[in-house]
Amino acid sequence: MKTMTLDQPAETTATAPVAGISIGSLVRRPETGSFIGLVAVFVFFSFFGGADFTSASGAASWLNVAAELGIVALPVGLLMIAGHLDLSVGTVIPASSMTVAIVSGFYGAPMPVGILAALGVGLAVGFINGILVVRTDLPSFVVTLATLFAVAGLTLGLSIILAGSTSVALPSDPTTKLLLGQFVGGKFEVTLFWWIAVVVVVGFMLSCSRYGNWILALGGDKVSARNAGIPTDHLTIALYMGSGLCSAFVGMSQAILYNSAQVSAGQSFIFNSIIAVVIGGVLLTGGYGSVVGIVLGTLTFSIVNQGIYYTGFDANWASLIIGVLLLAAVLMNNTFRNMAMSFAPRSKAGGRS
Amino acid sequence: MTTPLLKLTDINKSFGPIDVLHDISLEVNRGEVLCLLGDNGAGKSTLIKILSGVYKTTSGRMEMDGKAVAFNSPREASDHGIATVHQFGGTFPLMSIGRSFFVGAEPTRRWGPLTIYDRKRANEIAVREMRELGITRITDGDRLVGGLSGGERQALAIARAVHFGASVLILDEPTAALGVKEAAHVLRIVLQARQKGVAVIFITHNVVHALTVGDHFAVLIRGAKAADFRKGELSREEITDLMAGGEHMAELEAEIQSYMVAHQGHPPHVG
Repeated sequence: MKTMTLDQPAETTATAPVAGISIGSLVRRPETGSFIGLVAVFVFFSFFGGADFTSASGAASWLNVAAELGIVALPVGLLMIAGHLDLSVGTVIPASSMTVAIVSGFYGAPMPVGILAALGVGLAVGFINGILVVRTDLPSFVVTLATLFAVAGLTLGLSIILAGSTSVALPSDPTTKLLLGQFVGGKFEVTLFWWIAVVVVVGFMLSCSRYGNWILALGGDKVSARNAGIPTDHLTIALYMGSGLCSAFVGMSQAILYNSAQVSAGQSFIFNSIIAVVIGGVLLTGGYGSVVGIVLGTLTFSIVNQGIYYTGFDANWASLIIGVLLLAAVLMNNTFRNMAMSFAPRSKAGGRS
Repeated sequence: MTTPLLKLTDINKSFGPIDVLHDISLEVNRGEVLCLLGDNGAGKSTLIKILSGVYKTTSGRMEMDGKAVAFNSPREASDHGIATVHQFGGTFPLMSIGRSFFVGAEPTRRWGPLTIYDRKRANEIAVREMRELGITRITDGDRLVGGLSGGERQALAIARAVHFGASVLILDEPTAALGVKEAAHVLRIVLQARQKGVAVIFITHNVVHALTVGDHFAVLIRGAKAADFRKGELSREEITDLMAGGEHMAELEAEIQSYMVAHQGHPPHVG
């Protein structure tokens, strides 16, 4: 038996690769592709949209869209990194809007009660999603598609029974309005700051806490993750409850912002959240993605969605651009992912045999 | 070497009416490599799954250190120190080396009021453990597992198992998908693990690889143990014959012989 030539090139190589920016660490980040996409889209609309697009009110128009979408996209992104989908966000949003409007507007209960009830609805739907996915082992696409429709039906039915209408007014007190439903500086929704808070919390969870590792492992290989001792079932349920909670938050704050709630709002969030997450470099089958990427994806989506109004083009073309962008983003992210996998620094210390 | 670390006595496993394993008895000692040889379908995978807690036995007795054990889940098996490394390493291709090394047992440190994942320490330990197994090419624990070669992934998985105190290391065809050089490296790593006192169960159908590292050999044929011998007791040809079902190989050779006699020394045409 030949002995290994373990020529230890000192301890230097163990810590060698330049801390901070190396091509390797850059290529390996899931958000590199989406950053390039964001810059391209921003430059495009700045050029065609002119000064209006880059003005404060122009920025507000897409930042407001990004904030609401972003609060939903972050937990949905975590779920997708863990290998699951959540379509039910599309009806949790109107369900929670209607809940807060009926509890506090129609029945006149104190605002905090209505808010807690709305958030409770989101948590409950998330819990049901999680339990169903874990227990039945069905694809989460089907499970959450079912709850999407079930919650839509319940919202409509109960609204008619309780309030006798599909649209309920919600006058709110100044404090609530200040915290959840005002325009800062007349332009920027206060939701923007909530989005930043969610970014910080979710970002910490994914990259700094051990739970982030669990989420990545769960999406990478569920069986191996479970064998490694990760409570995969509890984790899945918790992630669904997170996405239910955040969707409910958006629905509730929309109702407070617009002083009313409608049964049919929120359908656009189903696919928009998935699009934002995928543009952000999250692998649709799970196991790979980052919070920075999801934020960039959300911004990119919102810029295209709103930027079109600042150009001379017909707004109907926005969906076409988003479709093309989505495809381009997925292809680019694939390329970057493959580069990340195969990227190896030119062997500095000889390497082995 | 009084009591073997892991001892199987008359293990049977059937799925409904189909018997997959009949009366398998095996012993593995610390610091010893047991090679489990067998053709495809011989029952090797079923036996591994029993050892690693995926399946339960239909009957039979399993002992560790002389005490009877029964595993209800892979988790229980690994709590007893049994680690299984699969053909492709069984790791997460899109996770970094440091992260996948510590999945489920992440090192943490305090950061103000928060407990955070200690990425630097995880990377350092993972890289160091791999270097100890002779993988010197990897210096950056942030690299993705998917960028490693097959042998490096095996090394990562074995390093992980040894680091977390595995006493029985089950290697399921670790060299099957590897090139010659990589396979040789994995074999060296197997010997290193053995030196550390780990009991290794090495599953393979490559007789050469088995003979290189094995101390003790067992051949499975159609779910039964056909032979059990120690290093040096049988030659390579004898083992190959055994694995292929002995007489089948001999019959084939005799057929070819008689064909060649009948056709002026020409071998039979193929196809």
